[in-house]
Amino acid sequence: MSRDASRLSLILLFAPFVLWIGLLIILPQVGIGYTSLREKISWNEYSFGLKNYVDFLGEPVYRNTLLRTAWMSILVTALALVMGFPIAYYIAKIARERSRAALFLMCLIPLWVSDLVRAYGWIVLLRETGVISTALVKWGIINQPIEMLYNDMTVIIGLVYTVILFMIVPLVSTLQGMDDALLEAGYNLGGSRLTVLRRIIIPYAMPGIVSGCIITFMLTAGSYLTPILLGGKNSSWFTEQIYNQFITRYNWESGSAFGVALLVFTSFVVWAGLRLTGQSLATTVAKD
Amino acid sequence: MYDLSCADVTKSFGNFTAVRNVSLDIPSGSFFSILGPSGCGKTTLMRMIAGFETPTSGDIRIKGDSVLTLPPNKRNVKMVFQHLALFPMMTVGENIAYGLRCRGESKSDIGPKVARVLDRVGLPGSEDKQIDQLSGGQKQRIAIARCMVLEPDVLLLDEPLGALDLKLREHMKIELKQLQHQFETTFLYITHDQSEALVMSDNVAVMNAGRFEQIGSPKALYDDPSSGFVAGFVGDSNVLSGTLTEVRGDEAQVMLDGGGLILGRVCDASKAGDKVEVFLRPESLRLGAGAEGTMMAGKVESLLFNGASSRVLIRVDDQLIEVADPEQSSSLVKGADAQVRWSADRARIFARRSA
Repeated sequence: MSRDASRLSLILLFAPFVLWIGLLIILPQVGIGYTSLREKISWNEYSFGLKNYVDFLGEPVYRNTLLRTAWMSILVTALALVMGFPIAYYIAKIARERSRAALFLMCLIPLWVSDLVRAYGWIVLLRETGVISTALVKWGIINQPIEMLYNDMTVIIGLVYTVILFMIVPLVSTLQGMDDALLEAGYNLGGSRLTVLRRIIIPYAMPGIVSGCIITFMLTAGSYLTPILLGGKNSSWFTEQIYNQFITRYNWESGSAFGVALLVFTSFVVWAGLRLTGQSLATTVAKD
Repeated sequence: MYDLSCADVTKSFGNFTAVRNVSLDIPSGSFFSILGPSGCGKTTLMRMIAGFETPTSGDIRIKGDSVLTLPPNKRNVKMVFQHLALFPMMTVGENIAYGLRCRGESKSDIGPKVARVLDRVGLPGSEDKQIDQLSGGQKQRIAIARCMVLEPDVLLLDEPLGALDLKLREHMKIELKQLQHQFETTFLYITHDQSEALVMSDNVAVMNAGRFEQIGSPKALYDDPSSGFVAGFVGDSNVLSGTLTEVRGDEAQVMLDGGGLILGRVCDASKAGDKVEVFLRPESLRLGAGAEGTMMAGKVESLLFNGASSRVLIRVDDQLIEVADPEQSSSLVKGADAQVRWSADRARIFARRSA
C-alpha cells in the first residue's frame, strides 16, 4: 500500500516535468528536425534529404550571420562575466547581511519590465532625438545630434544589460558558499591580491562561472527582440534569419534547418568553450 | 631574542575594547598558548599578529622587527585556521606548494620540499590526494604541513582541534606537541580548552575580557593561580562563597554563605570583612576522619566512576563538593555520612568575582 502510494506520488511529482519536457521541448524539436529534412518538390509533394542544410551552407550570408551571432554572443558573455563578477563578489562577500538582499533586489528589478519595454527604454535614451544626444547638444559637448542606435556597440550594450543578471545569480550563490578563511589563508601563505583572485577565488567560483556563461551565451544567441530593436535592419542576428524564413518567406523547411543549425552550433560553441578552459559539466555545473 | 613580542597591544571596535594592553614575549622554539573563554579577545589578538586586523595602539614585533606596517602576505607568521581552510579545489600537493609558488620558488625545488614536509607529518606520498579524501586528523596535518613548508618564524594555531571528535582530539594534542618539537618552531596556540593548553604548552597566558590575567607554565597556573578567574578556569575546582572573617598570617577564616566556618589561605589582597570565594581542587580533598586541617561534614550524594579521575559528590548543606577518588578506592556508599578534609594551605581564597 505505502509502496504504491509513494510510487503514485513520484509519478504525480514527475508528471508536470515530463509533460513539459516532452510536449514543449522534445516534441517541437523533433518536429523541427523532421521538417528540416523535408525537401519541397512541388505543391504538397515532399521528399527527404539534406537539401535545406546544403542550401544553408552554400549561402555565405547565412553562414556569416550565424558566425557573427556566435562571436557577438561570446563577446556579450565575456563582458557580462567581467562586469558581473565584481558585482557578484560585492554582493556575496563584501556587502553586509542587511544590504545584501536589497542589492540583489536591485539586480532583479529590471526583470520586472518586459524585454520589449526595456529595449524601447534604450531607444528613448540613444536615438538621434533621444535623451543623451539632446543633453550633449544642450551642454555644448557636441555640435549636432548623433544617432547612437543601430550599431553593434548598442546591440552589445543592450544584450549585456539584458543578460547580466543571469550571470550574477549563479556567481553570487557559489561565492556565498566560500569561507572567508580561504581568502585569509591565501594571503597568510604569501599570496598577493592577484594570486588569491587567480588561484583561489576564480577556481572556487568556477561552477558558477561555467553555468553563468552557458546561460548567458544561450540566451544571447537565441535572443530576438534586443538585437532587432537596437540593431535595426542590419543587425544581422541569426534569429532574424530564422524569423524571415518562417514568416516572411513562409519557407518552414529552410527555417527549421536554420533552427537546428543554431542549436547545433551554439551547443558546439559551449562544448568547445568547456574543452578550451579545461572544464567539464561534471566537475562544475553538476558538482554538489 | 624573542620570536614574537607584543607590547601594550590594544584593539578597540567602536566603544568596545576587544584587547586591552596585552604584552607578551615568546622565546624561540617554545609552545605558547593563550587560554580564555570565547569572546575574550584571543582570536582578535591572533588576527592582529597575522595582520588581518591593525592594533589601535601598541606594537607587534617578529624576531625583533615591528611588523605593523607589513601586510599579511609579507609577514613570516603562518596560521592554521579554525576550520583549517584547506583549498578544496587543489590537491594535497598543490595546497602545500601554494605558498612556495607565491614565493616564486622554482618547480624543481618545490617538488622535493613538498615531499619532505609530507614525510615529516607522516603522510608521505599523498601529494595527489584530494582534500575531501582525507580524514579529520590527516587534514589537520596537511594544514600544518602547508604552513611549515614555508619555515615560518611563528606558527599560529586558532583552535584547530575544535572540530575533531574527542578521541582524535586527545590523540592530536600529543601529535601537535611532537610536531612542534620536530620542527623546532615557535607555536602560538589559542584555545578555550584548558586541557589542550595545559598538556601541550611550555607557557600559557590566561586571557579574560581582553586582558591577560596570568602568564606562566601550566604547573604554575594550576598550583599557584594569581586570581579567582584563573583558579576557576584552569583545572577543576569546588568554589564556595563566603565572607572573610579573620586573617592570621597565612591562614584565614571564612564564614560560608551556607553556614559553617572553614580555614584557607588568602591569595590576593582581600581583607577581613570582604566577600570572597574559596577554591578547592578535588584532589586536595580527603575523605573520612583524620587530624589534618579543616573539615566539613556531609552526605554522599553520588559516586561518579571515571577510572583514574573518578569522583565522589558530597552534599554539604546545599552545596555539592567534588572529591577525587581515583579508581573508586574508597568504600563509601550512596547516602552515607562523610567528612571532607583539607589542609588550610590548599584552600585558596580570592576576592569574589563580580560576574
